[in-house]
Amino acid sequence: MLYYFVVSPMKRVYFDNGSTTPVDKRVLEAMLPYFTELFGNPSSVLIEEGGAPRAAVDEARHRVADLVNAKPDEIIFTSSATEANNLAIKGLVLANREKRKRILFSDIEHYSVMLQADYLRSLGFEIDYVRVDEYGVVDLDDLRKKATVDVLLASIMHANLEIGTIQPVGEIAMILKERGIIFHSDGAGACGMIPVDVKGLGVDVMTISAHQFNGPKGAAALYLRTGVSLKTIMHGGFQEMGYRGGTENVPALVGFGEASRIAKEEMSDKVRRLTFLGRKLWDGIGSQITDLHFTGHPTQRLPGHVSFWIEFVEGESLLLWLNLNGVASASGSACASNLLAADETGLKASHVLTAVGVPPEICHGSITFSLGKDNTEEEADHVISVLPSIVDRLREMSPLFDKSKGGT
Amino acid sequence: MAGPYSDKVMDHFMHPRNMGEIEDASGVGEVGNPACGDVMRLYLKIEDNRIVDAKFKTFGCGAAIASSSMTTEMIKGKTIDEALEISNQAVAEALGGLPPAKEHCSVLAEDALKAALEDYKKKQSG
Repeated sequence: MLYYFVVSPMKRVYFDNGSTTPVDKRVLEAMLPYFTELFGNPSSVLIEEGGAPRAAVDEARHRVADLVNAKPDEIIFTSSATEANNLAIKGLVLANREKRKRILFSDIEHYSVMLQADYLRSLGFEIDYVRVDEYGVVDLDDLRKKATVDVLLASIMHANLEIGTIQPVGEIAMILKERGIIFHSDGAGACGMIPVDVKGLGVDVMTISAHQFNGPKGAAALYLRTGVSLKTIMHGGFQEMGYRGGTENVPALVGFGEASRIAKEEMSDKVRRLTFLGRKLWDGIGSQITDLHFTGHPTQRLPGHVSFWIEFVEGESLLLWLNLNGVASASGSACASNLLAADETGLKASHVLTAVGVPPEICHGSITFSLGKDNTEEEADHVISVLPSIVDRLREMSPLFDKSKGGT
Repeated sequence: MAGPYSDKVMDHFMHPRNMGEIEDASGVGEVGNPACGDVMRLYLKIEDNRIVDAKFKTFGCGAAIASSSMTTEMIKGKTIDEALEISNQAVAEALGGLPPAKEHCSVLAEDALKAALEDYKKKQSG
């Protein structure tokens, strides 16, 4: 019998915005009418009930397009970033399969990209993986080498939520364009958090996720550049220009639109604040804890994102103790990420951390703090103050720690 | 705040029993490897074929620490034969159950006990 434990009712410090963010109150307000009063089906264009929902979805499309500098008819709504990544890769491959036979992924893609590999191989494609350097930045020389003229599609993310690194997307796009390779970029970690301009960057297809920037869950989108062909993988309706059948989740899309408007308007202030808080946390932790190693790129990273591993300290234990001290974080620890798995076969060190050269045993000690727009300096101070004593306690218990100090 | 661990697991995780080392241990067993994420070292003090003290050090997740702690509680005062009869399932049960993906953590504790007793026997015969 599992028991759900209760943590003392202290004020929570939520530093796990990479997992999801709270819905902005303005976003919720915008959504509410579309559950009850304006409940109509946007496809019911000949009756009055369909009018306002149709207009609301169109408006949301404009706002999402505006966030990434796309045209509204280049935005396809989906239910999640995972769905958008599936639609992008499968849809592009199915529409262009006669042309070329190879596909490139980077070594640090999200599972919703990585785990499509077997399916793509079953269609006769060969998958090749582009290396990243120790900071998690795509190795452009390796990309140039692997981006041969028989490559159909490359899927390389914009920003990684586990280690915070932002890729040189513009340079990657240029390399791929020269070779006629379609470029999909998973922008779930970047869009709404940093300025993203799909035209300026030169990407062909990009995934955008609402709940990563204070929009609702259940809403995401795919930017599809005009002229790039894509086949649907969700048959049964003419919605979303035929690319994605199914009645629109109107309230969620309205929320997505409002979150995009707010993110764009408040972007520069948010980036400035989060960069400051992230730097403070980075310096505060780094100066107090010995044998701590930051992961990801020191500057080319998401604002307010701090990730690291600590020698002789296991990640899940650290995460649990932080939680007991009121702090929500994430761990790249195999155990923490698969705790709800049916068995232990899924317990593997994070592929992102192994790709940046962190040894597997170390991957069990990684922690990610991802701050959001509502976090404060006081909260960063709290984390800086509680972390050292937690680390001391876990090291005291660790048989690996005393070994390194010349013990038994 | 909800989690998949039982209250017993969280209690032993937050307040581990018998954590530490025994300097003149009769037997020491270390099992696991860092690549699996868990390493446990168990120290036993044995007198007249009976475990009079047990201490542990563990690098691992919540379930690994709780299993280590519970195992030391369960074997203290037991004879060697009695201790060897304690299965990893018994440890997991005493903890109010472990999530399926974490059952291997209780095996770690069982293995550490066997390794420590092996070490003890070796020291006796040597």
